[in-house]
Amino acid sequence: MAENVFYDELEKLRPTLMRFAVLQLRDEQSAEDAVQDTLLAAFEGAEQFSGRAQLRTWVVSILKNKIVDRIRKRSREAPLPEVSESDDDDFDALFQADGHWQEKPSSWGNPEATLQQSRFYDVMELCMKALPENLARVFTMREILEMETEEICKELAISTSNCWVVLYRARMRLRECLQLRWFNEGVGTE
Amino acid sequence: MKTCKEVHRLVIEGQDRTLPFTERIAVRVHLMMCGACRRFEAQMEFMRQALRRFPGD
Repeated sequence: MAENVFYDELEKLRPTLMRFAVLQLRDEQSAEDAVQDTLLAAFEGAEQFSGRAQLRTWVVSILKNKIVDRIRKRSREAPLPEVSESDDDDFDALFQADGHWQEKPSSWGNPEATLQQSRFYDVMELCMKALPENLARVFTMREILEMETEEICKELAISTSNCWVVLYRARMRLRECLQLRWFNEGVGTE
Repeated sequence: MKTCKEVHRLVIEGQDRTLPFTERIAVRVHLMMCGACRRFEAQMEFMRQALRRFPGD
């Protein structure tokens, strides 16, 4: 790929990368820095890009590393408060006293059809941003950066069992939000 | 026999750690018989796929 074409292709990815970085870093400025570092690294490493993988996949993998570096640094500077089992949201209310569901979980239809809709990602982004910081940090490391749970706990210096509690809460909240903001709206079935 | 409440928790934890063999079996057995928990499991699986595809194509 000629240098200027490669540069243009990279620039085209900037908005996608920003969206990805903001979601995880929750801060416009550090997201911009991470994206800038990423584009520079990609440009300088152009010869390592053999065209085997898609350009986007390759650049996103660079960005993930840049994000992890920043999260690491941030966690050293400002450790997350522990989340206790009894904190705020009470998912027990979803169940009857005998352990059955109060209400049967609804069918979310055809996953592939939903994942084809760009508006779905807007709603999911909104729901992710609604998560409290201490849940979101662990959850995005797990699901978007695809790190192993042990690795995350170690990075953030929190206990493994606390990690599970945090991930549980985050998943339950995201589920609740998607149900409310997307599936109840019937937008998925259009 | 595990309750739905126990199983929904194990379904989630199964995404973040390897469950002990006996628990995995107990969850499987429960899911076989419980449509509500199968839906819950499908929702969790969907969320994982969706997050890994973010921000879409």
